[in-house]
Amino acid sequence: MSSAVVTFDGVHRWFGKSHVLRGLSFEVAPGQVYALLGRNGAGKTTALRILLGFLAPLAGSAHVLGRDCTDLLPEQRGRIGYVGEEHRLYPTMTVQQAVNFEAATRSTFRKDFALEAAKRCGLRSGQRVPFLSRGQRAQLSLILAVASGPDLLICDDPALGLDVVMRREFLDVMIDLLADTGCTVLFSSHFLSDVERVADRVGILHEGALLVDARLDDLKQRVRKCIWVPNGDAKPPVGDNVLRVGARRQGFDLTLLDATEAMFADLAKSGELSPPEAPSLEDLFLDITGPEQPGMLREPIEQFLSKTGGA
Amino acid sequence: MIIRIDPASPDPLFEQVVFAIKSAVAKGSASAGGKLPSVRELARELAINPNTVVRAYEVLERDGVIVRRQGAGCFLTGRGSDLAGAERKRQLHELLRRAATESFHLGFAPEDVERALKKCLDELQFDSKGKKA
Repeated sequence: MSSAVVTFDGVHRWFGKSHVLRGLSFEVAPGQVYALLGRNGAGKTTALRILLGFLAPLAGSAHVLGRDCTDLLPEQRGRIGYVGEEHRLYPTMTVQQAVNFEAATRSTFRKDFALEAAKRCGLRSGQRVPFLSRGQRAQLSLILAVASGPDLLICDDPALGLDVVMRREFLDVMIDLLADTGCTVLFSSHFLSDVERVADRVGILHEGALLVDARLDDLKQRVRKCIWVPNGDAKPPVGDNVLRVGARRQGFDLTLLDATEAMFADLAKSGELSPPEAPSLEDLFLDITGPEQPGMLREPIEQFLSKTGGA
Repeated sequence: MIIRIDPASPDPLFEQVVFAIKSAVAKGSASAGGKLPSVRELARELAINPNTVVRAYEVLERDGVIVRRQGAGCFLTGRGSDLAGAERKRQLHELLRRAATESFHLGFAPEDVERALKKCLDELQFDSKGKKA
């Protein structure tokens, strides 16, 4: 097996007739910060829950810290920090009690660190969980997750519902953790500006499989977008380095990988070409998950079920 | 030394950090012996991944712009860059070619571009050895 901290290998998962993950495969290397992006319902939460062993894959396999996710031992669980979408905390507890509780479950939990961090975020130890704001609950969840010095931090859309200031503070806690421990992070998010700041690698999940799985720097340096309006009936280019051809009212949107000057020169000869630009993460996201995109890698549920002998 | 970056820019973040530090040296706003912020400080200040800062510092060290002293941190050497001559020339050519291409598309004549470049150089006050005069 590889040295990856997280491995998804052809994972399928469906709930009744809804086929949520359709052959999800990717890896997260040690020390990497991996951002999992996707529209609502793309399967991000399902993927993360499979990783934590809350759900089993119905085909394929997922490994975390070298162990199959359907068979995690306390040893692995103790090395994973998890911040869920709802920042669920016991409603009867105070901040202090929540810290004590978490400390009792993990031998490596640094109680001083947790209380200190909570104080820095303006949380009083006697405050009761139900009276915390959404942002405060998010912060407390993150503090509890990182205080044990996890090898892997998994966050499911941690910034959802947080204001700009809280999001930045959340990011600060994450940056401190990375600086201190070189921890591996896998997080899902809708805030592309945060992702652009901290992610080493991004995966864009669409209809249950990854359409993009690449280093952010590669996306910036190697992918170019341009608009091309052909003269007469010249056809758009085809080939391995043409990632996408989108029809416009006039001409085409081209997304190219490692395109050479010669290629751009050819395009400029056979039509009108806009100056090639590196796409922003937002452009790329809209391009490949937007409403006009035909679902790539799509496979009818029934077909898959019959192939694997049914659920 | 002020280091600014733009996470949404098409340039990789580590390159932006490298460029910001190199230009601070070129402009003279940072001088030899100056201490760079620690990885953690800079990562927090810019709100970016500490790995990115580490990578930028590695590139700067390789280029001879900074030295790392064990336990003490990173310091500016005051030298522009130790890159081998050919590589330096290639990088310079690449930079200027990009600027020239853009200028052409903006509709400038070669004389205008030369004048503009001269003006930029004057602003930085380089002498013939690439040092600040």
